[in-house]
Amino acid sequence: MLSLRTSLTTASTRSDQARAPRHVSRTVLLAAAAMLGLAASAEARDLTVVSWGGNYQDAQRKIYFQPFAAKLGATVLDESWDGGYGVLQAKVKAGVPNWDAVQVEAEELELGCSDGIYEKIDWSKLGGKDGFIPAGVSDCGVGAIVWSTGMAFDGDKIKDGPKTWADFWDTKKFPGKRGLRKGAKYTLEFALMADGVPAADVYKVLKTKEGVERAFKKLDALKPDIVWWEAGAQPLQLLSSGQVAMTSVYNGRITAINRTEGKHFGFVFPGSIYAVDSWVVLKGSPNKDAAMNFIAFASQADNQAKLPEYIAYGLPNIAAAKLVPEKYAAELPTTPDNLKQAIALDVGFWTDNSEELSKRFNAWLAR
Amino acid sequence: MDSPFISFRQVVKRFGSLTVVDHLDLDITRGEFIALLGPSGSGKTTLLMMLAGFEQATSGTIAVDGVRVDGLPPHKRNMGVVFQNYALFPHMSVRDNIAFPLKMRNAPKAEIATRVARVLDMVKLSAMAERKPAQLSGGQQQRVALARALVFEPQVVLMDEPLGALDKKLREQMQLDIRDLHRRLGLTIVFVTHDQDEALTMSDRIAVFNHGRIEQIGPPREIYELPRTPFVAEFIGETNLLSCKVDSHVGEAVHLTTESGLSLLAHAGTVPIDGGKVRVSIRPEAIRINDHAAATANRVAARILDAVYFGDHMRLVASVGEQRLIIKGDRMSEAAEVGREVALSFAASDVWVVGSCDQTSASA
Amino acid sequence: MRPDLSQRLKAALLLAPLLAFMLSFFVVPLVTMMKTAVSDPVATEALPRTARALSGWDRTGTPSASAQAAFADDIRALKNDEQFGDLVRRLNSAQSGFRSLLGKTRRALDGSGAVDLASIDPRWSETSYWTTIAEAVASPWTDKNLLAAVDLERNASGSIAAMPEGASANRLIMIRTFITSAMVTLACILIGLPYAMVAASVEGWRRQVLLGAVLLPLWTSLLVRTAAWYVVLQDNGLINATLKGLGLTSSPVPLMFNRLGVVIAMTHVLLPFMVLPIFSVLIAIPRNLMPAAASLGAHPLRAFFHVLLPLSMRGVVSGALLVFMAALGYYITPALIGGANDQMISSVIAYYATGAANWGMAGALGLVLLAMTILLYAIYMRLTVEEQRA
Repeated sequence: MLSLRTSLTTASTRSDQARAPRHVSRTVLLAAAAMLGLAASAEARDLTVVSWGGNYQDAQRKIYFQPFAAKLGATVLDESWDGGYGVLQAKVKAGVPNWDAVQVEAEELELGCSDGIYEKIDWSKLGGKDGFIPAGVSDCGVGAIVWSTGMAFDGDKIKDGPKTWADFWDTKKFPGKRGLRKGAKYTLEFALMADGVPAADVYKVLKTKEGVERAFKKLDALKPDIVWWEAGAQPLQLLSSGQVAMTSVYNGRITAINRTEGKHFGFVFPGSIYAVDSWVVLKGSPNKDAAMNFIAFASQADNQAKLPEYIAYGLPNIAAAKLVPEKYAAELPTTPDNLKQAIALDVGFWTDNSEELSKRFNAWLAR
Repeated sequence: MDSPFISFRQVVKRFGSLTVVDHLDLDITRGEFIALLGPSGSGKTTLLMMLAGFEQATSGTIAVDGVRVDGLPPHKRNMGVVFQNYALFPHMSVRDNIAFPLKMRNAPKAEIATRVARVLDMVKLSAMAERKPAQLSGGQQQRVALARALVFEPQVVLMDEPLGALDKKLREQMQLDIRDLHRRLGLTIVFVTHDQDEALTMSDRIAVFNHGRIEQIGPPREIYELPRTPFVAEFIGETNLLSCKVDSHVGEAVHLTTESGLSLLAHAGTVPIDGGKVRVSIRPEAIRINDHAAATANRVAARILDAVYFGDHMRLVASVGEQRLIIKGDRMSEAAEVGREVALSFAASDVWVVGSCDQTSASA
Repeated sequence: MRPDLSQRLKAALLLAPLLAFMLSFFVVPLVTMMKTAVSDPVATEALPRTARALSGWDRTGTPSASAQAAFADDIRALKNDEQFGDLVRRLNSAQSGFRSLLGKTRRALDGSGAVDLASIDPRWSETSYWTTIAEAVASPWTDKNLLAAVDLERNASGSIAAMPEGASANRLIMIRTFITSAMVTLACILIGLPYAMVAASVEGWRRQVLLGAVLLPLWTSLLVRTAAWYVVLQDNGLINATLKGLGLTSSPVPLMFNRLGVVIAMTHVLLPFMVLPIFSVLIAIPRNLMPAAASLGAHPLRAFFHVLLPLSMRGVVSGALLVFMAALGYYITPALIGGANDQMISSVIAYYATGAANWGMAGALGLVLLAMTILLYAIYMRLTVEEQRA
């Protein structure tokens, strides 16, 4: 119930033991995949589509994968993953990847596009770039959803909820612990907004050395009260159990738990950060054409418009967004009211600075 | 006999519905070497375990030197136990194994050293003192176990099939060694075995166990030569058991007819004969072949069916009519030839009545 | 000796699967990992002209116009997108900003002819970017990753120095990983040893139930386990509710999001690795040793300390090794149950491998972890061997 989008983090549902020697097994994978690749390439493999698992992928299976398979008259395999650019890179470097179409985060799209590990998108199949919001258009990918990260609270426990990130930092006014995703991305932006930086200027400030110092200093103040989460389902558990008074969370999960479990969790759109997930085709995919056709199918307005009924994510196809019924539209990150004080994730900033700031963040965390 | 040193009175041991020791009485004298002999499951080991304190009697009393011990935990009974597989502590050297009981009694270091050295010398293992048990041969391990059970001078030494794991030659050597130690140190030893030869050669007395009871107790010679039951006769050594009809019974002389129609003169022994049927035992070595000089009560014609050479003797199977008899024959005997007709003779005192075989016909 | 030879051949054939397995899954990955940690061929291969042009540069100001032109030529000559991507990642990892800078520069250099790099992006007039390139092309081998793995770097003069405060905490996290693992191992011994003794002393269904119970966490998924830990450990969870109900505490005892929670959760999962080796050693101990000790006058407690405990040490030792080594690799459980200070080194390795695709750093951290583990193991072996001699 809780895992709508299994994980946008690197944390996974797999067991620790299996993962421990990942740095080793990954290299082996490369070698083994290279050997097996020769054999595999000779044999036709069914189209394999990869997304984020959980209820989100269940919905995608119902409205995209199965109808497309019926139309194609062939099997469509679907797998799920937990993100991580290294995973995609390893697959492409191995020769013939065993995935075709993959839904990736904006940062993975950007990195992979400049590294050349994705096929170029044939926009003619999609009816041109104009039909999509600008953030959903790239040489290498087509926007699949727009989703937000923001703060949430339990409406049953806090009547007059927090409005700003300054409220989030104010443990006197709102006593209790705070949940934040363990990572530099989002956390530094939220800290700056809490420190009074206007939403529009967040990345301008963060690009300076002083801005980074300022963000970490603001985090220092809240550090004793922070409960860090990694898997997307965790903040809901923390909130439900009362372990935290408020937490950062993915917006889709809040609407889902309110609908399925009758909770009254509130999601605060002002100060939230939205980002676009995109479909890409891995370079060297033996099913390149089928994968492109699948992406075109999943991007058709009438198909995409079915998604918000299951999960409150916004739609990059402009025509599809207009088809969404009123009752679902209000909860989407793309609704004009919700967009007003929200900011878009600066993908360029994070592709440049992710490694350095992650290192810094981990070092800060460890002390 | 002296007043008993160890006494079992009406001891019963049950495991669930199974009675392993059944209202058993047994007295053991100080300084005695007693063997508890019987097939597996006869209750002999359970009795030993109750004496050592590892098992609790279901009912009855056990006393040592007039003091009841059945309530005491094993570590307070002061009995040396030698286990079947020696139960040496594998992580300790020979010296530490032997010093263990003294350490547990908090003996002074110097005393421990001298006493350990003494028993090491006694069992001829002084050179092996620093070795671990795994580095010793079976016989050496056995001697360590013995030394460990003796070093604290226990009031009684219990041995549970201690020689079972040794090969024949070594076993015989150890039998002599243990007997020698028993004599020199005046130990009281309770020795459990299922090996009748071991019981016969080592002990002062043998208690033959069957179904949780003692069938017969006495010195080895008595047990062997005057068995009181068919079970004892058969369990101790090899024997010919014959079922007979009593024709007449005058004093000790009993006239019998075997089932195959053979007439025999037997010795009454200790078993009451109330007429009817009895069983008699004739030891194979009591039967002579073609010994015309001997004036014996029983003489029958037979035919040799089988002959096996055993080195020091021949094991022969002869048929007397339908009756088969096992005979331990002279290894040089010319008669030991399959198919040959021979005359067998044996004394009346060698035909030993061991029990009435059919109670109903006996009372009829 | 022909039959001898054929027999040897047959033996070798039987061993072949093992050797092939060891080679491809132990030796090759290990060597690959070591190599990725110290090899750095990307820049030298991608920028051959620049390498030559920058070899004499004194690393002040900006390089000469001809060196800059050589760099522009190299970028133009890079037709392979993947190779360009590798170069970008290599340089950006050393200095943030290269990703956007190189992307921009490459697009601007699309045409031919001489171009002023500084006019494409003002960053090209900064010394630091050129220094980074000069360092990257200097040699196909590097100690950068290994140094960074232990929070060291080469300063401007090329000598080894500590990284600035707050830039990296690998050393701290590494030490913490060992401490946490040691705590878990100790907890496993304290709980696992008596548990194994109880399991070995009973028989039949009782033993099956005990062994099954300890194996259960291995058969349940991480999510189920995590949910269970939440139910038990959280502020209004089972333990705190019980403590409050008994009046032992008024405010909840923090059991989650701290070291205590991590140790509890990891002990829960790793307990079977302690219990099973001890159990297998215990059931192999002859049954009559404890009665023997009792017959020799040992009180049950003394018999335990003199006989059973020393004999079960072999199991404790192998169990401790298994638990400790397995605990070193944990990171999801600490992430879920632990607080900010309970991160383990594997999560850093995983970040570099799957997140940043920086295989060099992942390999270097793995190598350092491996070296420290081997060192600890060697010390440990030394100690136990000496103990046996004593």
